[in-house]
Amino acid sequence: MSVEESHGSPRKARSMRTPLARVRSLGASHSGTSDFWRQRITAVAMALLIVPVIVVVLMLLGRNQAGAAQILGSLPIAIILLLFIIASAWHMKIGMQVVIEDYIHNEKLKLASVMANNFFSIAVALASIYAILKLSSGV
Amino acid sequence: MTARIERPLSPHLQIYRWTLTMALSIVHRLTGIALYFGTLLLAWWLIAAASGPGAYANVQAFTGSIIGKLIVFGYTWALMHHLLSGLRHLVWDLGYGFKATEREALTWGALIGGVSLTVLVWIAAYAIGGGR
Repeated sequence: MSVEESHGSPRKARSMRTPLARVRSLGASHSGTSDFWRQRITAVAMALLIVPVIVVVLMLLGRNQAGAAQILGSLPIAIILLLFIIASAWHMKIGMQVVIEDYIHNEKLKLASVMANNFFSIAVALASIYAILKLSSGV
Repeated sequence: MTARIERPLSPHLQIYRWTLTMALSIVHRLTGIALYFGTLLLAWWLIAAASGPGAYANVQAFTGSIIGKLIVFGYTWALMHHLLSGLRHLVWDLGYGFKATEREALTWGALIGGVSLTVLVWIAAYAIGGGR
């Protein structure tokens, strides 16, 4: 960008905002790279958590509800699962939104799908979190 | 309506020779979508554990059935594949592994590693829980 472009001629100036302010945190989606970055944070989080999560699932095999509830209600296991649920729900919400935006070109259908995606991801996450908290409290 | 001007279009997917990285890119997306809906199973299982013996027995009856086992096996593979394929993407995000041999090796690694880890997890599952 030339100096002239970046500052604009005084006659044509329509905005007092600097070029930096225009690009900062925005872009076509008006959300900048935040979703890109969060997709990576949650990916790394799950890559770190996957081994303990698989161990927990294997521990539960062959047990009845009482045994499973006891294991799931223990503090370290509940925390591992809560972290994994939050990371995965966030990750899948962003991922599905990318898929929707790539393939659904009808604007209304796209908005409805993005909304449904948010509802689904939040509902699945909240239901799972509630179940773990209930198991942890032993009620 | 304005007259359509016939402009040359850039060729789309079906024009190109299929490559492994292309196919695996689509598989990464498909496994992601499968895992998205698979979380319903995970949520159902957690809610059942929190609800009581009856609800939990229902989940176990489902996961113990042939169709249930197939779904959980498929879910395991989708998870393992998406994990390794995703780690491959993180390597690329950091700017490494773009040479022809490197990207092929990473992609084969994700493919073979995903299947191997799935089999390993299921062997462990059968060894521990007797296949429940």
